[in-house]
Amino acid sequence: MATTSTTLSTFEDALDSLGVDCTRTTAEAFATTLDDVVRDPAVGVPLPFDVDYPESVTVDPTAADLERASTGITPASLGVANYGSVLLPSTPDGAEPVSLYPELHVPVVRASDVVPDLPEAMDRFGEAASDRAESSIVATGPSATADMGALVLGAHGPEAVHVVMLDE
Amino acid sequence: MSKGKGDKAAEIRRLMATEGPAIEENTKGFNEKRKEAVAGLENYEELRTQAREIKEDAIDRLPELIEELRESVEENGGHLYLADDAADANRYVREVVADEDADRVVKSKSMTTEELDLNDALEADGTDVVETDLGEWVVQLADETPSHLIAPAIHRSRESIAELFAETFDPEDPPETADELTSFARERLGELIRDADVGVTGANFVTADTGTMALVTSEGNARKCAVTPDTHVAVAGVEKVIPSTDDLSPFLELLARSGTGQDLTAYVSLLTPPVDSPTLDFDDDETPLSERDSDRDFHLVLVDNGRMAMREDDQLRETLYCIRCGQCSNSCANFQHVGGHGFGGETYSGGIGTGWEAGVEGLDTAAEFNDFCTGCSRCVNGCPTKIDIPWINTVVRDRVNRGEEPEGADFLVEGLTPDEEPGGLDLDKRLFGNFETLAKLGSATAPVSNWLADTAPARWALERVVGVDARRDLPEFRRETLVDWFDRRVSTVSDPSREVVLYPDVYTNHVQVERGKAAVRTLEALGVSVRVPAVRSSGRAPLSQGMIATAEDHAHDVYGSLAEHVDAGRDVIVIEPSDLAMFDREYERFLPEASVERLQENSYEIMEYVYGLLENGADTDALRGGDDAVAYHAHCQQRTLGLEAHTVTVLEDLGYDVVTSDVECCGMAGSFGYKEDYYELSMDVGDDLAEQFTTPETGDREVVASGTSCLEQLDALLSRRPRHPIQLVAPR
Repeated sequence: MATTSTTLSTFEDALDSLGVDCTRTTAEAFATTLDDVVRDPAVGVPLPFDVDYPESVTVDPTAADLERASTGITPASLGVANYGSVLLPSTPDGAEPVSLYPELHVPVVRASDVVPDLPEAMDRFGEAASDRAESSIVATGPSATADMGALVLGAHGPEAVHVVMLDE
Repeated sequence: MSKGKGDKAAEIRRLMATEGPAIEENTKGFNEKRKEAVAGLENYEELRTQAREIKEDAIDRLPELIEELRESVEENGGHLYLADDAADANRYVREVVADEDADRVVKSKSMTTEELDLNDALEADGTDVVETDLGEWVVQLADETPSHLIAPAIHRSRESIAELFAETFDPEDPPETADELTSFARERLGELIRDADVGVTGANFVTADTGTMALVTSEGNARKCAVTPDTHVAVAGVEKVIPSTDDLSPFLELLARSGTGQDLTAYVSLLTPPVDSPTLDFDDDETPLSERDSDRDFHLVLVDNGRMAMREDDQLRETLYCIRCGQCSNSCANFQHVGGHGFGGETYSGGIGTGWEAGVEGLDTAAEFNDFCTGCSRCVNGCPTKIDIPWINTVVRDRVNRGEEPEGADFLVEGLTPDEEPGGLDLDKRLFGNFETLAKLGSATAPVSNWLADTAPARWALERVVGVDARRDLPEFRRETLVDWFDRRVSTVSDPSREVVLYPDVYTNHVQVERGKAAVRTLEALGVSVRVPAVRSSGRAPLSQGMIATAEDHAHDVYGSLAEHVDAGRDVIVIEPSDLAMFDREYERFLPEASVERLQENSYEIMEYVYGLLENGADTDALRGGDDAVAYHAHCQQRTLGLEAHTVTVLEDLGYDVVTSDVECCGMAGSFGYKEDYYELSMDVGDDLAEQFTTPETGDREVVASGTSCLEQLDALLSRRPRHPIQLVAPR
């Protein structure tokens, strides 16, 4: 099912209401766009899309690189339009920790992978879970806690999320 | 274990003063946000139905699903251990920890491990155990127990957390703001997670088909605990197993909304362990993450600990449908004021807590706080899996009643108040449960009975022997009951449009006779022919005390008395909302399906019926209208049944200017506020209502309320004397 423009605008609105920035870009402009988005130092895991990382990003970092990084860039397999969520698959090259440890997380999602709602996303996840025992995080906005007497963004995970939406 | 009477009231007073303010602010906030969040969800009821059906099916097929899950987990390369009880589960986790030579275990929040006392078991072996959920860490540092299913440190203010950190760590620059406290905690815990050997998490759901577990969190610590160390142990009750990943989405859509009013929490981890992520060694500056050798170990510990027996228990089984959202705590007026340290047992708290405690810890623990549920039913419509929480509490109360040894003073009332219940029943429960008998006696001997009951020696004895608080006004019984009054008058309706039976509940018949007379006048003015036969009380009073057999006996008699009227085409009009709620909900447990359906289809709350008559063309001018300003408090059970709007509409159509209260409950809830142990809590809850009705906008309004107990409570709280709305609109 093709992603409609309504779905995309729903996604962008949902991200906006979560306080998550969203930048739409093309494969050609990807590196430049990302350069503007990231806080240095930035680390990223290899993306399964036909794009190039900018020089400023350390691709396939070491754990020590990760600990120093301010930004982590990872692919998202899906976007969930109505909630502004992204699905982050856990991969052997470390997408899970890269999306979790740095203060800014930049998920990259293809516009064509944005689905309308959670049931649709869970349907796709279910297939991946039974085919290849996939693990995935449904991430909705930055990490948060209210345990310290007020809502604070950035608990154990990132304090900010900036979605880059890719038109391939 | 059980507390003496005075001790209990003192403990409640202490909790209201120390933990109450933080709990009240937080739970009310969650509750308001939940209402908004579910109101915006188009298919909310459909999702609840789906969630309920999935749970019913899963618990029904649990043994087979556990075996399917075992295969899935093992196929993925993990281990599944089914633990019989806490000791068995702890032994297994200790062995895993020992096999890893682990010095430190980091944990993310899990009520199931609280139930097992896993931390104590690991610490006894010399293992350092660190809670990483910020609220849970606060509780651990303070050596307390969680006070809420989803927000363990909800009872603590920011200031008290700042003090705790300052005392515990004595930092140079003590953190104070929420931001500072959070980053202080994050840094300390980050260090501890980084060097941990084993991560322990709970699991909100586990799918049998793929071995996927869902962890619903916001902070990100569960992700870190599950993925940073190379050994992950997940501990979950057996009831967390659901058939497939297809079943996850209704629960995920309901869980956060029901708990905190969020659409989704920040992270829903769907882990099919062992996960593909590389383990982390932050000192490694050589190996790219993609080239790290990761040797991950995963253990899923499914805990029975009484759950399989709950599954066989027709009454407690529903407890297993609970997804631990905490809604029943947030929407509960009593919980809002005392929190889980009062309204809770060894592990679980809130409305559903007694079901859990009765099932996993035993009746003694459940008995400690079972009385806090007044059966007001405000939690019912918000439960994502439609659990009848008040019913579970009633069942537990009944079992507690039956389980206790008879007390010495019991002979005092044994003969006076015969019922279906065992001799061990508490005297206060026996008194309130048999209120109908008392009311009959009271009316027969009024006014002497009222005078006598109100004398100082009588009040002393009532408080001392049966725990009726001397600060509470007693109901004044009327010599002439509503039934007697009605028998002596002649109907004013010659050509009736409808025929009705006005159900004479105990209070209307014996105490608040005026509202009964007003109902008769109103109905007749609208062209309705009325009968007021003597009918036994609904059984609400004994039910509230957990006297289920007695309540059931009432149900059969009431239906027997009303069935012929219903067959004759007469509608049944109920003034007391808690009695209508009884017909609507609890009678389903007592009567044959066809009977209860007939009764339900033909029963109406009085103002609902007036609304219907006016909608169908009855003459508004027959009623007393006015441009008076009114402050209206609907009854909790009436609101749960969705009947508040009818009263408001009728009043507004008659020209009244109406404001309504939006507190969950007045705090009285029948017998609750009369009891010495709970009087102060009931007044504290009631103060919220009093505040709403004493603002500049509401302070001069005429106060009306639908329920008996609400009227009594408002009478105690305000200087204005409240009335039932029917008394406002009835022609003189």
